[in-house]
Amino acid sequence: MQLWFQTPPAQRSILSVLIPVALLLVFCCLASLFYGAGEVGPIDVMALLMGGGSDDARFVVLELRLPRTLIGIFAGLSLGLAGALMQSVARNPLAEPGLLGVSSGSAFAVAIALVLGASTATLSIGLAQLGALLGCFCVMGVARMQGQRNDPIRLVLAGAALSSLLIAMTSLLLLYNERAADEIRFWVTGSIAGRNVDQLLSLLPSFVIALACVVYVARPLASLALGERVAIGLGYKPGRIRLIVVFAVALLVGAATAIAGPVMFVGLVVPFAARALVGPDIRRTLWLCLPIGPLVILTADVFSRLVAQPAEMPLGVLTAMVGAPVLLAIVRAHRLPTL
Amino acid sequence: MSLSDTVSLGAEALTLKHGKTTIIEGLDIRLPSSKVTAIVGPNGCGKSTLLNGLSRIHAPSGGVVLLDGKNIHKLPSKEVARHLALLPQDTIAPDGITVSELIRFGRHPHQSALKQWAMSDQEAIDYALKAADLSDLQERLLDTLSGGQRQRAWIAMSIAQETPLLLLDEPTSALDLGHQIEVFELIRELSEEGKTIAMVVHDLPSACRYADHIVAMKQGKIITQGSPKDVMTKELVMELYGVECDLIPDPMTGSPILINIKRVKS
Repeated sequence: MQLWFQTPPAQRSILSVLIPVALLLVFCCLASLFYGAGEVGPIDVMALLMGGGSDDARFVVLELRLPRTLIGIFAGLSLGLAGALMQSVARNPLAEPGLLGVSSGSAFAVAIALVLGASTATLSIGLAQLGALLGCFCVMGVARMQGQRNDPIRLVLAGAALSSLLIAMTSLLLLYNERAADEIRFWVTGSIAGRNVDQLLSLLPSFVIALACVVYVARPLASLALGERVAIGLGYKPGRIRLIVVFAVALLVGAATAIAGPVMFVGLVVPFAARALVGPDIRRTLWLCLPIGPLVILTADVFSRLVAQPAEMPLGVLTAMVGAPVLLAIVRAHRLPTL
Repeated sequence: MSLSDTVSLGAEALTLKHGKTTIIEGLDIRLPSSKVTAIVGPNGCGKSTLLNGLSRIHAPSGGVVLLDGKNIHKLPSKEVARHLALLPQDTIAPDGITVSELIRFGRHPHQSALKQWAMSDQEAIDYALKAADLSDLQERLLDTLSGGQRQRAWIAMSIAQETPLLLLDEPTSALDLGHQIEVFELIRELSEEGKTIAMVVHDLPSACRYADHIVAMKQGKIITQGSPKDVMTKELVMELYGVECDLIPDPMTGSPILINIKRVKS
């Protein structure tokens, strides 16, 4: 009998990979509940789970760590799926919402809202999603301008330019508005701490719509990997497929950014890992992104609580520290994989 | 709106443009049923554009492409895909795709989000694998195949599509002689099973040998068409390519062969 890691990625059965990764995720969720800054350690949490536990432990776990874990799962799901979709539609393993300015578009929209008087608590998600959508269109427009032979590096350069422009404009807005600056300072580095479950619930409708788009678009998107003409030959409409993908990406990234700030590199690392495990078929990659996305965010978040105790390191800093080397590794690789 | 099983493909007064440049203007064509048609002509004569127009990839600026007598752009694209399969010239496939995975894509027009996999799909795939002689290679990665095998895998995908019409854009252009023959013979077999096939071909002798019907194009116009024996003359070769040659019948097959080819000295 052949073990799963001995077969080539594209020929493994999805479940043989999905189940171990999902178990790892469960383990990681528990770690996220058990560990953190503050007095409440694993033993107190165990006691709580057994039905006892102090009020302190109850508060820390249920009011702080649980929402944080749920939000981490949500942000991971969203960014992982969005990254896989973008990479597939751009045929570029480097296309990532964070790198390409989609997250910064979203953050910029949020910053405008803050300056105009909203507060992070009442922030409209729709606005973040609209910003993401505009970011998407800008960068995809640049990608289209390159024509048929698209050079992966150029798309990333264009995205980086757009991204820095938007970040600079965001900073400028905040310079002129101190209240907004205070509200946004922690948020803009990316964090899943200090949010509550209500905020998460308000994101659910758009998340469900985005998921429906993903389910609908997965098969056509897979055929688009065979080239635009083949996709047309099979009866699909590439323009419509791309539009649905961009829409779903904007919903996902906007929602994730609204609740966790512009977390970079997750959309790069997650599909990269998923492809390494199950090969490049987008339908398989998307399945694997489901557990890997939350896994990456939660792992980074648990570390972000532990490395700088008793303080915390912002999540976005950690994902960047993990993601940037992965980016360099992909670029340095012998050749970029064809998607 | 449904189409009959034996569908015809043709165009009337077809005008195709790239941006503002007119490639083809007012062209009429009708593919003979259950025959192999070869579209030949010099580089830039518009033969690939015509094929893309016929396969609804290139939207016409004027005129109409008729599938079974109906405007192809008015029909649901999926319905068209159940009757017309297409193999473009430069195919790209993602790394790590296997032969059988590629062929399964051919079933997409017959499936929907609700009806994803049926017995008829597996039968069509087994048939395509057998027809393209790929049964032993079905689990191999596409990258690891020879050029001819890879092209046969792509053709197998269109066979699995189970369409009465098949359009191929230079199916042998990147292949060596042995692999070219592999592909041409497969195309012949498909035609003998009743498929209507049109292909863009660069090599005149191959076009004469493997096609029943030749469509010769120059500067966006059809200058002549008919059976290879009728249309292939040294005057036509001169007009298409500006070279002198003599034609003799192949002693074995009777199809015209070009010999003594030379450039016209001005």
